[in-house]
Amino acid sequence: MSIMELNGGSVIAMVGKDCVAIASDLRLGNQALSISSNFQKIFPVTDRIYIGLPGLASDVATLRERFRLRVNMYTIKEERELEPETFAHLVSSTLYEKRFSPYFVEPVVAGLSKLPTSTPESPKFKPFICGTDLIGCLNFAKDFIVCGTASEKLFGVAEGLWEPDLEPEDLFETISQTLLNAVDRDAFSGWGAVVHVLTPDKVITRTLRGRMD
Amino acid sequence: MASDGGAYSYSLTVFSPSGKLVQIEHALAAVAQGTTSLGIKATNGIVIATEKKSSSLLIDSSMLDKVAVICPNIGIVYSGMGPDFRVLVAKARKSAQAYWKIYGEYPPTKVLTREIATVMQEATQSGGVRPFGVSLLVAGWDITRGPTLYQVDPSGSFWAWKASAIGKNMVNAKTFLEKRYNDDISLEDAIHTALLTLKEGFEGQMTEKTIEIGVVTVPTPAELEASQVGAATGRPTPTFRILSEEEVRDYLAL
Repeated sequence: MSIMELNGGSVIAMVGKDCVAIASDLRLGNQALSISSNFQKIFPVTDRIYIGLPGLASDVATLRERFRLRVNMYTIKEERELEPETFAHLVSSTLYEKRFSPYFVEPVVAGLSKLPTSTPESPKFKPFICGTDLIGCLNFAKDFIVCGTASEKLFGVAEGLWEPDLEPEDLFETISQTLLNAVDRDAFSGWGAVVHVLTPDKVITRTLRGRMD
Repeated sequence: MASDGGAYSYSLTVFSPSGKLVQIEHALAAVAQGTTSLGIKATNGIVIATEKKSSSLLIDSSMLDKVAVICPNIGIVYSGMGPDFRVLVAKARKSAQAYWKIYGEYPPTKVLTREIATVMQEATQSGGVRPFGVSLLVAGWDITRGPTLYQVDPSGSFWAWKASAIGKNMVNAKTFLEKRYNDDISLEDAIHTALLTLKEGFEGQMTEKTIEIGVVTVPTPAELEASQVGAATGRPTPTFRILSEEEVRDYLAL
């Protein structure tokens, strides 16, 4: 058993047409013993950036707070909002600081980044997702990022179901089906799921009813 | 100038009764003896310029760097002590790279200016050091605020200018700039105005060899898109550059 499999859990992010979705299961366990069906792994960073943190639960909580500190300091110091690409690099450098005694988390970042041609009157956004390994190697994907104990299953279902330019409602269906069916095949993930769909105007959060086993 | 502060003028960490840190006053005097530099912010860029005054004809002034690039989007020029400037440039460049290492992009002008100003302030509140004998003009472009021009003084205070001059001829130069500056000035006009302002107080011949000019330009949306693609490997489009001798000669000929 590896330390990454102690608590269990999986996260997936997908790109759609002018939207992104990020979803995770809600299980927290101690190896085979399930403890909670309500364990949050996806956290808002700004209005338009969400980060998913699958892996060791203790490091999930610690990193959530370390990122909150760094993001708040950035926002106050620079008097501007973080963009997803910048936050991704911040995640990478935070993890690499602990290269030789790492955080056992493999974060997934999903967000909408402002285009250079965007103006306050007509803001324009581009969907952005990326994942990193536990020491901060960035992976900028154009379709989907998967992570956690069910990652291999998630890869398989996502490859099958994903297609480019899905509208927010279709993206929600696709990511939900991908997550639910993949975690059903993994003993350490499941016990409920939550999906966030980010569009330029709003974020829609839905909790899914899955197999509670 | 007022009395030199007496016993309070030697230790930097001691205030004089009138509330001054006399060492900083002396540092400003060192700056006022330096060659004139100026900066002008236009709607589509910034120009910073300085005299390259050499004390002897035998000096190879083409090897002298008075306008320095800190990172692709920020450049600085100074008035005062050259060696102090060199040290600050090295620290500023390192600070910009440290920022890159964390965020994958170069710092906005205000953030870098604040870092430099902090370094200069630390030299006014530490034991056994003296203040930096330079004033800096920091010019840069960033996506949030566009082109911005800051002045940093030996005390570590900094503030933004639309147009400013520092050094020997600063009073006359600033008066000249006040008359000629307007908020809609374009970069080309700003360069022209900068040259005229420098000429006002210039001792000796003003040629492409005796002045140095740095320019901040605004990238087009197309250039910005290109540098954003593949954020991991996208190279930032340089927005600050030092004009070559040929370019300066062309501007002088106008």
